[in-house]
This record gives sequence, C-alpha cells and structure tokens, in this order.
Amino acid sequence: MNTVHLSPDLRTASGELPEGDVPEIATRNACKLCSPLGAALVFKGIRGCLPFLHGSQGCATYIRRYLISHFREPVDIASSSFTEDDAIFGGARNFAAGVDNVIRQYQPELIGVATTCLSETIGDHMLGMIKTYQDKHAGDGPPLVHVSTPAYTGTHSDGYYATLLAVVRQFAQRTSLRLPHRVNVLPAIMSCEDLRHLRECCEAYGLSATMLPDYNSTLEGGSWDAYHWIPPGGTSLDEIGEMGAACATLEIGHTQAANSQSAAAWLQQTTGVQRLALGWPLGICLADHFFTALSIASGRTMPRRFAEERARLVDAYVDAHKYVAGKTAAVFGEPDLVVAVASFLSEIGIKPVICATGSKQKQWKELIREALASDIGEFTALSGADHAKIATAARELKPDLLIGSSKGYPLARELDIPLVRLGFPIHDRIGSQRLLTVGYRGTLELFDRVVNALLEVKQSTSTSGYSYL
Amino acid sequence: MPTVDQSPASIQVLTDREDQVWTKGSGKQFACDRKSTAGSVTQRACAFCGSRVVLYPIADALHIVHGPIGCAVYNWDIRGAQSSGPQLHRNSFSTDLAEKEVVFGGEKKLQASLLELIRYYRPKAAFVYSTCIVGLIGDDVEAVCKTVSRETGIDVIPVDSPGFKGTKKTGYEAACKAAYRLVGTGDTSGISRYSINLLGEFNIAGEAWLIRRYFEQIGIQVVSTITGDGRVDDLRRCHGASLNLVQCSGSMTHLAQLLERDHQIPSHRVSFFGFEDTARALYAAAEFFGDPEIMRKAQELVRSEIATYAPQLKAYKQRLKGKKAALYVGGAFKAFSLVLALRSLGMQTVLAGTQTGNAEDYEQLKAICDPGTVIVDDSNPLELAKFVLEKDVDLFIGGVKERPIAYKLGVAFCDHNHERKIPLAGFEGMLHFAREVAESALSPVWQFAPRRAMRHHQLSTNGGEA
Repeated sequence: MNTVHLSPDLRTASGELPEGDVPEIATRNACKLCSPLGAALVFKGIRGCLPFLHGSQGCATYIRRYLISHFREPVDIASSSFTEDDAIFGGARNFAAGVDNVIRQYQPELIGVATTCLSETIGDHMLGMIKTYQDKHAGDGPPLVHVSTPAYTGTHSDGYYATLLAVVRQFAQRTSLRLPHRVNVLPAIMSCEDLRHLRECCEAYGLSATMLPDYNSTLEGGSWDAYHWIPPGGTSLDEIGEMGAACATLEIGHTQAANSQSAAAWLQQTTGVQRLALGWPLGICLADHFFTALSIASGRTMPRRFAEERARLVDAYVDAHKYVAGKTAAVFGEPDLVVAVASFLSEIGIKPVICATGSKQKQWKELIREALASDIGEFTALSGADHAKIATAARELKPDLLIGSSKGYPLARELDIPLVRLGFPIHDRIGSQRLLTVGYRGTLELFDRVVNALLEVKQSTSTSGYSYL
Repeated sequence: MPTVDQSPASIQVLTDREDQVWTKGSGKQFACDRKSTAGSVTQRACAFCGSRVVLYPIADALHIVHGPIGCAVYNWDIRGAQSSGPQLHRNSFSTDLAEKEVVFGGEKKLQASLLELIRYYRPKAAFVYSTCIVGLIGDDVEAVCKTVSRETGIDVIPVDSPGFKGTKKTGYEAACKAAYRLVGTGDTSGISRYSINLLGEFNIAGEAWLIRRYFEQIGIQVVSTITGDGRVDDLRRCHGASLNLVQCSGSMTHLAQLLERDHQIPSHRVSFFGFEDTARALYAAAEFFGDPEIMRKAQELVRSEIATYAPQLKAYKQRLKGKKAALYVGGAFKAFSLVLALRSLGMQTVLAGTQTGNAEDYEQLKAICDPGTVIVDDSNPLELAKFVLEKDVDLFIGGVKERPIAYKLGVAFCDHNHERKIPLAGFEGMLHFAREVAESALSPVWQFAPRRAMRHHQLSTNGGEA
C-alpha cells in the first residue's frame, strides 16, 4: 500500500492507521447526492424552466455550485430563502414572494418547484400554495410543477426519476391519438453528449424523439452572442404535452424497469404508450437492446452506419482483448450506470469485483448478477455504500482499475491504480459533459479509455519503458 | 411562444433590492446586511455552510454533519485549505438521517456515530454541525455531545448551524462560538510577548505558511492561525497571544470580540492581499509592539520582497493597463484589497459587490472606488450579468458560481474564492494574482468569443479584442 497517499478515511487525527472496528453507522464520504439535485437536473432539461427549491437558500447554492463545477455552465436555481420565522410559521409567504420575483426577473415558461428536507419536515402544504398562486395569477403566469424531494429519502437518482414522473403526470395529455414516428425517450442521468447521441440514433431510424429531460444544450451551450436569462434549449411544454400520443417510450435504466411507478409506466397505464424498458445502452448487449427497441418503435431495420459502428466495436474488442484479460475493476456511481458498466466489463473480460452505489437499491445484487456473464464467479455488490466502504473493499480485493466519478480519486491515488472517470460528478477534469457512453460509439469511447488506462500502467511500470506494446 | 426581450438593459433589479444596488456619485441610499430576497437566486449560502467552512480546516478534529446527506456531501473536501499534518478534516462524516430518524429523532444515531468515529479516528476534539432538520425535530445535540464527551474524554462541541437561521454570516458566528469553547483551556507557557493570532486565515493553497514566515522573520511569534492548518491545541492556547490580527473579518470578528472581552486581547483588521495591504498589516503589528527592532525588520522585509516582485509585476501591468474589472466576493474587506490590487496593475474596478459586507465595510469600499462604480450587496446572476455587460467589463473576480457568468459573456475570470488552489496572499501572491489575471485576460481564445457582438446587439460575430 502506498502509505504516502493514504486516503483521508484511513488516517487517524495524528496521521496513523486507525485500529479497531471500522465505523458502520455514520456515512463516511457519501457516494450519493440529495434528491433535490436530481430534480434540478430534470428541470434544467425543460425549455424556459427555472428550478425553484422550497427551503433554505443553502440547498440551492450548494446544488448550483456542484452542477456548475461539473457542467461548467451557468445554473440558476431559485430558493424561497427560508428564515427562522418561516421554519416555524410555514413558508407560504416566502414561496409566494419568491415565485413572483422569479417571474419578474426570469419570465420563465415553467417553474419547477422541488421541496427540501426543511419544507417537507414542517409539512408545508405545497398544493395549497400552488393553488393560491394559480388563483392569483389566473392564467397570466407560467405553470408550476411540484415534486416532493426530501433529502432524507433516496438519493439524487431517486429525485431525478420522481421529477420525471411529476412532470409527465402534470403535462402529458391523456389521448388515444398516436403521432406516427414519435417516441419518448426518458434517459438516465447522463452526459450532454449521451443525450445528443440518443436523439441522433432515434432520428436515424426516422423517429422524432421527445426527450425528457434534454439538458444537452442548457448545460453545454455555445459561447453566447446574445444574453440569455435562461439558457436556450430543453424540451418544450408543448412537446411534453404530446408525450401521451407517442408510439413508444424508451425508458433507460435498469432500476426503472422494475418500477411500476415510473414515468413510462404511468404513460403506458394512462394513455397506452408502449413502454420499452431498457438498460443504459453501454456495451454490445445493452446497446443491441436499445437498437432493437428503435427497430420495434420505427418498424425499420438497423441503418448501415450503426451496423458498421457495431462491427468496428467488435473489432476493437478483439484487437485489445489480451490487454484487459484477467483484469479486475471497482465500479461506483448511480445505480443504473453501475449495472451497465458491469455488463460492459464482463463482456470484454474484465471482472467487476466491486460494484457499488450510494442508493439503497432493492434487488441490487440481482440486477448486477443478471448483467454479468454467468461464469463471472464471486463479486461484491454494495448498495447504500459510501466511499469509505468502497475503499475498504478495494483495499482487500485490489482491483486493477476504478471506474466512476472524480470522488474516487483519493482511493485511486492511494492504491496507485487508474481512475477512468465516468458519471457524476467529475470535478477534476474538463469535458465531463462530453463523455459519450451510449450506443456502439459510446461503448467504443469508453473501451478505448479503459484499455489505454491499463496500457499506461503496463508501460509506466515496466523497467524498459517500451514505446511499442 | 413570444420571445421576451433578453437584453441586459431589460434586466430589472428587484424592487426589494433597489437600495442594495448603488452607483458611486448617485447620491442614493445604500442598504446591506439584510436577509436575502426570496426568489432572487442569491449567491449566498446558508448558516450551516458558513459554520462548516470556517471550522473546516481544523485538521485534527472530527467534523460530523448531523442531518440528511446533502449538507455533508456538497462540502466534502471542497476547500483548498491545506494541512501540514493530519488530513482528518478532508473527510465528510454525516449521520445521513433517513426518514425514520426524522420521525423518531436522530439522537441515537448521532451518539452511535460519534462513538464509533472517535474510537476509530482518535481526534483531539469533535464538532457536531446541526442542519435544518435537526433544528426542527428538536434533537438535543448538546446533551448527546456531553454524553459522548464524558465517555470518550475529548471535547465534543455542538455547532448551532441549522441552515434557515440565516446566511453564511450567522453560521460564522455559530462557528466562532463553537471554537471558543476550546479557547483558554490550554497551557500558554512559552509564548512570547511579541505574539499574535491570525484569525480568518484559512491556509488556502498554503497562504498561512507564507504569512507565518513573514511574522517569524520580523520576530513576532504566531501562536495560532485560525483556522488554517488549524489544530485543536492551538485554539486551546491562543488566548496567550498579545494581539489578534483578523483577516477575513466577516468570519472571525465574533471570535476576536470574545477574546477581547474575556482575555483583553486587542484586535486589528488586516488583509494580506496586495503589496500595500500586506505591508500595512506587518507595520501595524510592529507598531503595536512598539519595538524598533521589529519595525526595522518589517521595513527590511517589505523592502526586499517588493524589490523581488515589483519588477516582475511591471510587465503584467503594461499589458493589463486600462482593463476594467468586476468583483463579487464573500466579504467586503477582501473586495477592498482587490480594488487596490487591481489599481496597482493599472486596472479599474467598475463593479464591486459582496455577499456579506456590513455598512462599515461598504463605507470603506465606496470611499476607494472611482465615481461611477456600481456597488452591489447580495447580488444575483442576472444583476451581475447586467452590469458586466453595461460596464463593458474585461475581467471578473469571484468564485465558482460566478465563473460561468463571466465565461458565457466572453469575460476573463480569476478565482478568488476558498476553492482555489493558487496562493494569492502576500508579496509573492500578488505575482500569482497578476499572472492569473493576465493568463485569462490576455488569452487568445477571446478572439473567437462573440462578446462584442453581444454588447452591441449585432448579429455579426466579429470577435472583439478581450
């Protein structure tokens, strides 16, 4: 073990190795964020929407900072700025004033209201407040949508999916009408590039996609030549209104497939839109599922370019398989991402010995097991994990590489193994918005990064410093 | 969908905030020190954040956040505050309250968490931060702390910091009160009568070490830097110092007042940013001790440092001259230093604002700004963007939340917040600052940014010079 770079979770106050029982009760270096962050992400993917957190202003400020550091874009999130009085008497006054000020300053097309621990705990009556707003503005103000996201239930991933459902329920019209070639795409928490590629794939099959959320340009826009109060882009309320008339919903994320309360499930139950539950399309198997779903929704066969991309990907797998053979990895992050990465690793011959998520995910181990090759043998699946628990497992199992957010860096440094950055947040590299991990093309990008990370280790640890591997 | 006019001129300052935006020479009244306006997208954080960042650098203490996970995780290892030894402060510990604890109380979980963490990490003391929820569900944190303290033999100190109690400033005060519980409990033998504490110095990128070296060089002992590279034992004995120099006045004034009240230690506001202020701080300390030898050494140090760094600054000044700057920072005293530092580089401050300045701070800021300068208190992104465009700013100084505003508007940026990794304090720091500013303001990338087009509302995309 590299004692020079011991992670802070493995040092006492005097810098020594701690002894005795490893703490189990407290969370040490969480591997999750709170649910209002997930809500804010969804709201950022709706056109003209301003996220509004009903609670203390620190929540909005922290979440803004976190998102800004990852996306490197402006992220304005309003807050009702609770004071002590509001915590005691309720936040109705501040809510009303806050919403009015947001309208005055931003002229939003939608205000996305998410509650925080504070407003949930005091039991603020949100529906009543929203009704008051609607009565007052009788048709002249933007609509409000509300989602309940106390941080003491679930993680940012749960907040994200809850918000998808809230938005769809409120705006998707119940209709038996079917718009030909229209599909809904409900992505997991992905990069801006992932969202762009998903849309491109749909279009290649002649499908027009309503993606919710679509923050691909609101969170990775160009250099401005005009001032924007709210960055341009995102899915419009009109499009969301028509989601009930789509031919199918492509719902991405293993955890959602089993969720009878998901947005896609709701659309299927209320308006009969066919629900196609898919995993994150990473790796050949999962990407195949995705493209098959596009074929089902469009009635078309796979366009040649994807067939070629797939063929190139298989060729790359073959070219590099010996460089990765027998290697092991620890993967951590959002539950849906980790399942997909585990599946991808197992198809290239890397064993994901540790799969971890901060979510307390039911059936997590089963989801992982199903994603892995049948002969994978023993692996550790940690749900409700924190980074200290991941580190404890990694110190024992000594994986060859880590895959996950930048918060894995201290461990990578301690174990002197590469960290292939993926997911959210990435605070120590540029370009996290542009990491592509969907489709054959995204798989190839990640594959190259994984192989090259391992090659770099091989090269830099060799005594000869070969320039030919 | 009607398109709304999104020109900067059409951005309205909110009615409730009109007197928090002020132009020098306007003769208007200026207000500050207020609660944030709901819905204003304030750049301020909450009381919890204020407490957490102030005590954060105390490296051999255990810091645990009592509440649901968000509060703890958003500030995990965010400060650029360095430690010369322990790294315990760089962990994020939380009771990570779940719904059942919110309903039935979190005291049990807090107590169990504290006991296991203290046994494992053997800290010198522990700080327990209350978040909004804890303030509501009525956990008796103080009682839990007492129990755990008895059982473990270390000080376990509650920090009364529920977010809704106010802004960062409220949290600063709670942090000072918590830290003060340690003060006066240690042995002060061996402390020179020429001794100081540095308050509000957080050792961002090692700045505390640099400043400490200055004082040691001129014969003044630094008993403690609070809280940069902080240790529990330093706090215990800091009442043995003869003078408190308070740098980040917003965060530490309260602690200085307590030390003055109970231990008769006078305090003096200083800044170590820029040549002028750094020199002034050293002279102020020398003058306080009234020892001609110390003064001589101080003058010698200032002379030699300036001789080393001033020539290197000249080159930057030539290239930066005439550029216009905007700054939006946490405390007003820092803003004050920045105006002077920018001026020494030939630059003019046309917009200055802070999150937490008080009336006294702003008076000082107003006095040194040029006529026409806009001063904002507790501003928001729209206001900042409006004035950046209207004032045709070339450089923005702020923190991470301000950076994208600058970049989107085609404006250079310098990070002067607590997340930065570059030391900007002292004489040497001034050179880093100039380099930081120049590297951004003089970058060739701006030729491609359509900044001028935006400012003249033309649709041409001729890149303006930066």
